[in-house]
Amino acid sequence: MTLAPLIRRLQAIVGNAYALHRPEDLIVYEQDALMVSRHKPDLVVLPDTTQQVSEVVRAVRELGLPIVPRGAGTGLAGGAIPERGGVVVALTRMTRVHDIDPISKTAVVEAGLVNADLTAMLEPYGLFFAPDPGSQVAATIGGNVANNAGGPHCLAYGVTSNHVLGLEVVLADGTVTWVGSRALDEPGYDLTGILVGSEGTFGIVTKAIVRLLARREAVRTLLAIYDTMDAACEAASAVIASGIVPEALEIIDGMSMRAVNKTLQAGFPEDAEAALLIEVEGLAESVPVLIERIEAICHRQGARRIQTAATAQDRMGLWKGRKHAYGALGKLARRAIMLDVCAPRSHLARIMRQITEAGTRLNIQVANFFHAGDGNLHPNLLFEFDDNSPEYARVVATTEDIMWACIAVGGTITGEHGLGMEKREYLGWMNSDADIAAMKRVRDAFDPDGAMNPDKVFPTGRPVHGTIPSVRAAGGADR
Amino acid sequence: MIRTMPVIPEVETCIHCGLCLNQCPTYRLTHLETASPRGRIYLIEAASHGRLDVTSGVADHLYLCLACRACETACPSGVQYGRVAEAARDVLGPPGRPFQRAMVRFALRHLMPHPGRLRSVAAVIRFYQRSGLAALALRLLPRRLRRPAALLPEASTRFYTPEAEVLPAIGEPRARVAFLTGCAMSLFFAEINEATLRLLRRNGCEVVLPQNQACCGALNIHNGEVASARAMARRNVDAFPVDVDAILTNAAGCGAAMKEYGHLLGDDPDYRERAERFSTLVRDTGEFLAALGLRNSPKATDRVVTYQDPCHLAHGQGVRAQPRALLAALPGTTLREMVASDRCCGSAGIYNFLQPETSDALLAEKMEAIRATGASVVVAPNPGCMMQLRYGVRRFGVPVRVAHLMDLLDEAGA
Repeated sequence: MTLAPLIRRLQAIVGNAYALHRPEDLIVYEQDALMVSRHKPDLVVLPDTTQQVSEVVRAVRELGLPIVPRGAGTGLAGGAIPERGGVVVALTRMTRVHDIDPISKTAVVEAGLVNADLTAMLEPYGLFFAPDPGSQVAATIGGNVANNAGGPHCLAYGVTSNHVLGLEVVLADGTVTWVGSRALDEPGYDLTGILVGSEGTFGIVTKAIVRLLARREAVRTLLAIYDTMDAACEAASAVIASGIVPEALEIIDGMSMRAVNKTLQAGFPEDAEAALLIEVEGLAESVPVLIERIEAICHRQGARRIQTAATAQDRMGLWKGRKHAYGALGKLARRAIMLDVCAPRSHLARIMRQITEAGTRLNIQVANFFHAGDGNLHPNLLFEFDDNSPEYARVVATTEDIMWACIAVGGTITGEHGLGMEKREYLGWMNSDADIAAMKRVRDAFDPDGAMNPDKVFPTGRPVHGTIPSVRAAGGADR
Repeated sequence: MIRTMPVIPEVETCIHCGLCLNQCPTYRLTHLETASPRGRIYLIEAASHGRLDVTSGVADHLYLCLACRACETACPSGVQYGRVAEAARDVLGPPGRPFQRAMVRFALRHLMPHPGRLRSVAAVIRFYQRSGLAALALRLLPRRLRRPAALLPEASTRFYTPEAEVLPAIGEPRARVAFLTGCAMSLFFAEINEATLRLLRRNGCEVVLPQNQACCGALNIHNGEVASARAMARRNVDAFPVDVDAILTNAAGCGAAMKEYGHLLGDDPDYRERAERFSTLVRDTGEFLAALGLRNSPKATDRVVTYQDPCHLAHGQGVRAQPRALLAALPGTTLREMVASDRCCGSAGIYNFLQPETSDALLAEKMEAIRATGASVVVAPNPGCMMQLRYGVRRFGVPVRVAHLMDLLDEAGA
């Protein structure tokens, strides 16, 4: 099929500079932040308005090509990889903020706006957008919505779905529609709820009505340093068990802290095996009391040392260090895959031991930094070979062992990164055939042709990676 | 033009996390992955592994980069994109369309390495500016050529020529330093070189001005002429003494380049060690003076200044606090930070001549950020930034003086 007429039509819609068709323009859209898979799109188009998105969708669908929506491409599950080719619709040009309402604490923003840019804009109002994924300095609101992104502060504030009131969506036939509204209670179906986390398979989100939160009066951050991962996990469980819900409760292991220290002066210790990064926000009177209680628990759980961030700069340093941890792994190995799994918080120490064992057994180095407070784990598998090497089977096996261990204790196979390509074949490990069929019927209602971000989320029945089959054929959840 | 791209090992450190994207000035303008550091690395990697032909389109993407190195500040993994860009551009050759490329190559190969020839060119520019021809040209030239004509900075009334090879310290000696007089600084900012030397000497520095020094080679390194840059680096390594406390420059771009001589000459067994030694001695004058401490109490002047971080000082050398500390030492001077002071102004060596659209867009943002501070002086300790900001002042009518840090310190008698 010649694409020339489509290219001309797309150029007419978005302008020549933003309808990409040359090999050197397309190739960079083969991949997102999932390093182990790449597929070249047939075309890439970057619309500037909702109207343009709608026209683009109509034009592409008339030719029957699939559409893959894309934000900044910081997703770690391959959700923006155009596996079947087709047209990548990147929303990165749509960065406008249409309205900030400081009284009702809402804003209407375009999908391509960068998460951290929104929060920076809200600074003068004393407001912020709560979801703060590690990639927030680059990731877009649209991408956050598509993957129901989390972040360290989700522990207290909830994930993206708790902060989106409404969405403007371009459906698979080009229809532009709004779901939800500024009102907190909408009549009818909660379509906003099912669109958030739909990974671009229901349509293209072009605008979001987001909820904003007011900055608290006081904030304190501490780093409790431990000699073993076990002790750090027990301490995190103890904090939660005491009834305190900090705004953030993270664990970062020694390998990751040392990697971060190589590029940043984050203030992490060089000689610890694990550290808890805890943040408490609230009233000026209550915060010191809480911090004191948390410090006491940490000490009781064998903390070798506790350091509190004395200045705002120290605090920013610790958080920057935490959020740069994934990128810093580039210092340790050529390739890294950040897994995203969950385990109940009462099982943290046990599951972390199992993760270590899986890595040792399969000879894959594993670095860990994770949201201990809500049991959302991020084991990072480090390796030197390419994904088309036979050795990659060990990476698959480690991934599967870790997921299986989480499921066995009542956890899940993804917390905040989505299923994308990476985890789709494992949906059946968590859900029955009937569950999956029900989800598919919802998808079909939005996109009967399966043209929007095809082959994502749902199992395809193909090998889990390239030609590598699942090592653990076990599946079929009977909960 | 189809060439093969060798494997650039530095590229392997990138794990495609994308945290650099929104810190890259060209990505912020275009929102295209090809205009981002991660995208450029992807292109280089794909070309090295035979998955992509090195077409002129690839060269265009790699030359849209300002080489500001803001991505290095952003990168959690410590990818030194500056080095990646230099290596890739060396394969591609100089930027631009064939005629432009030939001009750039000629200038880089046959003018930059020769201080005498550079001086002659600057003398022609000076004649052109003083004779009134420049004013005429700005009116008569075709529109396409008016912008480059307007960008051209005013040549100094006199070029900087060292009066001796060693200038003694004034008062009790505290340090012995060598000084790179620089090409742009000598020919377009001679009075700043003079101010710098007065300031250094008043602060107890004996200053060595090596006779046989050459341009630092930064422009050559950034524009695909690494071989000639190496020759210039060797000449400087030979010319400069190393029995000094520091080798100083008042140009951020030169400092960043000379701090990398060890890397540049890393494959040259005859020069490697000396180049490394040279690089460890290199300091920006602001960096050096902040560490040394000002000896005299400066005069007070009530004013608001704002500070533009030269990319190759902030991102290239990590020097941010020191110039600000020196400004803070000036009584009456209030530093009011602009938004994104470490974002490139669009100067970037010869970038403003070769990429007018991108350069102008960045300059417009920058001038707005400066205007918003209400400052009467913008300090930008690098010749390229100063030329660009002075052009911005004229073009956008922002009532602000563009000064070098050394200017203000010298004027205050520090």
